[in-house]
Amino acid sequence: MVMSTAPANRQLRDAVVIRFAGDSGDGMQVTGSQFTLETALAGSDFSTFPDFPAEIRAPAGTTFGVSAYQIQFGGTDVMTPGDAVDVLVAMNPAALTVELKDLKVGGTIIVDTSAFNERNLGKAGYARNPLDDDSLARYQVLKFDITKLTADAVKPHGLSSREAHLCRNMWALGLLLWMYGHERSATLEWLKRKYGKKPTIAAANIAAVNAGHAFGETAEMPEHLVGYTVPKAEVKAGRYRTISGTEGLAWGLVAGLRASGIDKMVFAGYPITPASALLHVLANLRAYGVVTFQAEDEIAASGAALGASYAGALGVTSSSGPGIALKTEMLGLAIATELPLVVIDSQRAGPSTGMPTKAEQSDLFQAVHGRNADAPLAVIAPATTADCFDIAMEAVRLATKYMTPVIVLSDGYLAHAAEPWRIPREADLPRFPVSYRTDPDGFHPFLRDPETLARPWVKPGTPQLEHRIGGLEKDYDSGHISYDPDNHARMTKARADKIAGIARDIPLQDVALGEDHGKLAVVGWGSTFGPIYQAVRIARDEGRDVAHIHLRYLNPFPRNLGDLLKRYNRVLVPEMNNGQLVKLLRAEYLIAAEPLTKVTGKPFRVTEIAQAIRKIV
Amino acid sequence: MTVTTITDAQLAPKDYASDQEVRWCPGCGDYAILKAVQKACAELGIKRERTVFVSGIGCAARFPYYMATYGFHTVHGRAPAIATGIKLANPELDVWVMTGDGDGLSIGGNHMLHVLRRNVDLQIILFNNEIYGLTKGQYSPTSRRGTRSPSTPQGSIEYPVSACAFALGSGARFVARSIDTLQAHLVPTLKRAHAHRGASFVEILQNCVVFNDAVFDHITGKDVASEAQILIEHGQPLLFGKNKEKGLRLKPGKLELEIVTLDDRVTAADILVHDETNRPLAQLLAALEPPFPVAMGVLYNNPAVPYEQEVHAQVAAARGNGDLDTLLNSERTWEVTS
Repeated sequence: MVMSTAPANRQLRDAVVIRFAGDSGDGMQVTGSQFTLETALAGSDFSTFPDFPAEIRAPAGTTFGVSAYQIQFGGTDVMTPGDAVDVLVAMNPAALTVELKDLKVGGTIIVDTSAFNERNLGKAGYARNPLDDDSLARYQVLKFDITKLTADAVKPHGLSSREAHLCRNMWALGLLLWMYGHERSATLEWLKRKYGKKPTIAAANIAAVNAGHAFGETAEMPEHLVGYTVPKAEVKAGRYRTISGTEGLAWGLVAGLRASGIDKMVFAGYPITPASALLHVLANLRAYGVVTFQAEDEIAASGAALGASYAGALGVTSSSGPGIALKTEMLGLAIATELPLVVIDSQRAGPSTGMPTKAEQSDLFQAVHGRNADAPLAVIAPATTADCFDIAMEAVRLATKYMTPVIVLSDGYLAHAAEPWRIPREADLPRFPVSYRTDPDGFHPFLRDPETLARPWVKPGTPQLEHRIGGLEKDYDSGHISYDPDNHARMTKARADKIAGIARDIPLQDVALGEDHGKLAVVGWGSTFGPIYQAVRIARDEGRDVAHIHLRYLNPFPRNLGDLLKRYNRVLVPEMNNGQLVKLLRAEYLIAAEPLTKVTGKPFRVTEIAQAIRKIV
Repeated sequence: MTVTTITDAQLAPKDYASDQEVRWCPGCGDYAILKAVQKACAELGIKRERTVFVSGIGCAARFPYYMATYGFHTVHGRAPAIATGIKLANPELDVWVMTGDGDGLSIGGNHMLHVLRRNVDLQIILFNNEIYGLTKGQYSPTSRRGTRSPSTPQGSIEYPVSACAFALGSGARFVARSIDTLQAHLVPTLKRAHAHRGASFVEILQNCVVFNDAVFDHITGKDVASEAQILIEHGQPLLFGKNKEKGLRLKPGKLELEIVTLDDRVTAADILVHDETNRPLAQLLAALEPPFPVAMGVLYNNPAVPYEQEVHAQVAAARGNGDLDTLLNSERTWEVTS
């Protein structure tokens, strides 16, 4: 149902982009998350982009300590967090100076005037207070003394001035909830739960939310502060919730575990940004057959996961680029011993430590090729936050059916971003039961299934199937150690054929938007789905002959991909790296695919891709 | 109906041997260790199908191929991590880690530290030959200063690590030492390691006949053994020598051991009695080296609940009903009707 008219005092908006920005201690991430939840409950579609600094507590007031959370929401498919910001909430001068460049001309700035003191202005590099001159003349600036208004609101609860200061974000949240006509009830409930053991703090935060909200409604309201109505989105019927990529991966792994019938998942990780969140989520899912293990290092994490798979459990390990590099040798062993292993890579900007909190898609080469010798494995990537669930399940299916490691390429953006998600019912999910070999008749450990080429999975503990495996080359016909030259060639080919054969067991490549032939195909993978889709939609609305193709399977590629791409005159490959998929496509299909690269640590803007399309068609 | 039941209790040592030809150098100490492990398995009635031998890389790491149990020959130094995963997946399995001084204390030193402090229920058998054999004779982390090798032509200038002192320092709760050729001592030591629940660490002095031959002769030689070794046993005085005429005691006023000879002034009552549960004593004994006698036997044995047992106790106690639909519908949801 779409609300067609706004209340008299409210203006109608199709979609809005809000960015909450402040010091890393100002609680901008929780503010954004709560606004997102209320948005979801209001029935809008949305997409979010949390952007926080690497420093846990950067010096207060500095530009490198600015933490931001962006949300776009509206009544039509919202696929990106938005290129340009409509409303910027700047809790201090540093947030204003860092984030202003993304604000639309005519956009709204909400500031806390108390925070624009000499000290903070100096730290942000302002010689003069921008609130006092005409430097912000192109924008609507709403100046409120949020510090004082919050202090007044929480006064009855007897907080220290420092504690009161920490409630400022809730006041701002209350105001924004009022501006967009959102409810507050879920937020108030959440505050009660969060501060269950500190009722005074809970009450103060609730008072701050309510005060911010009331501020919008009362006579104190400045004339230019207006409320907006954003229509509900038209979405498929069903039960929904918000989901982050991390949750999607965690729950998808659990769903995959159950679909496989394996009784236990051993998830082994080592703390690393931005992958640790997955370990945290799964550590709370022990009632679902999940055993989590924080190993002493990345190598041990991959080793424990592989040991668990050897013992018949589902071994899963997770990391980000530098950690995946450390796991490389263990992946080689998993390939040589042909054991299932799911590896989640939450990619981040590199090389080396790079920019740990910033997203990139630059581990594609590492995933596909980054091991010694000929060491093929399967590589897949979720396209959206909601797709993380399906991709994690698919990783479990492929790993267990083909007895192979599977790398899932997520990234820091997908990990943290939130989207609405239509909740599936377990009864409707696919099932792919695993069978362990128990029959000793004719057994050897590398006896291959004629169809999948997978070897049998034997649980230690099974009588009469005792056998030895390892990293040394195996004889094709007995599984014993072999240095025979022809045998090594045969085994190398068998390992390659097994992975290549997965192409027969995955969906044909579809076209996300547009025709299956034409002047231009824009081919992406991973978290760039949203901006590419929107850009192609805009270009098509302009009458351009362009289609969007998005790959979820990166090794092997879907078996029709080469033929499909050859039906377009040109192929453009936007990637958040220096050109990796484009080279794989060129190498595989001998097509003149062209790169469109972005390595700033931030997702593509829709306009950047739309511009690139316009230059071609 | 005939049911063929293999009762492992009846198995002989040879029943634990796989059909693979053993390919260590003729005369290698590893043969004796293989024999001792197979004998210990037979005497313990170990079930082959429930047993896994895990190894890393090196001469010792070939071990699993020669056992008729399950075996996993893995990555250099990483066997403790893989064995930990196996125990997390299935705590019922009987898992042995076979490693060497390079594998376990150099490239895998970190994993050794953590598997010991976590107290995962494993038998960790470290073959110490003070050399890298498989890579043709480079000095190892247990090589003594001055060891000449292809990579140290002028002699090693590094101070060696003591395997047992390292294990104790890592928090191991069972630490023992024995010798490849000393079967009468090695087999019971392995059996005791197996009986201990938790991480059991056994260092075996092992002769590399090709690259470091006779490096332990001053300890293991039959002619010197009674003076160069002290066989320690829980509750027994720390005596050694041909006629057990020598003993160890605490030097008065100092935290160090001294050798004393029993005579009119020094009686048996003055000699320290070995207490396996005393970690500081175990540290003193582990560190003994010539001219002191080298301690052989169980240095320390003080069990605690194994890691994987506690993990699975937590799993069993975890909140939640395990229903996927409940999980997916946890927290805030909303219904959209068309």
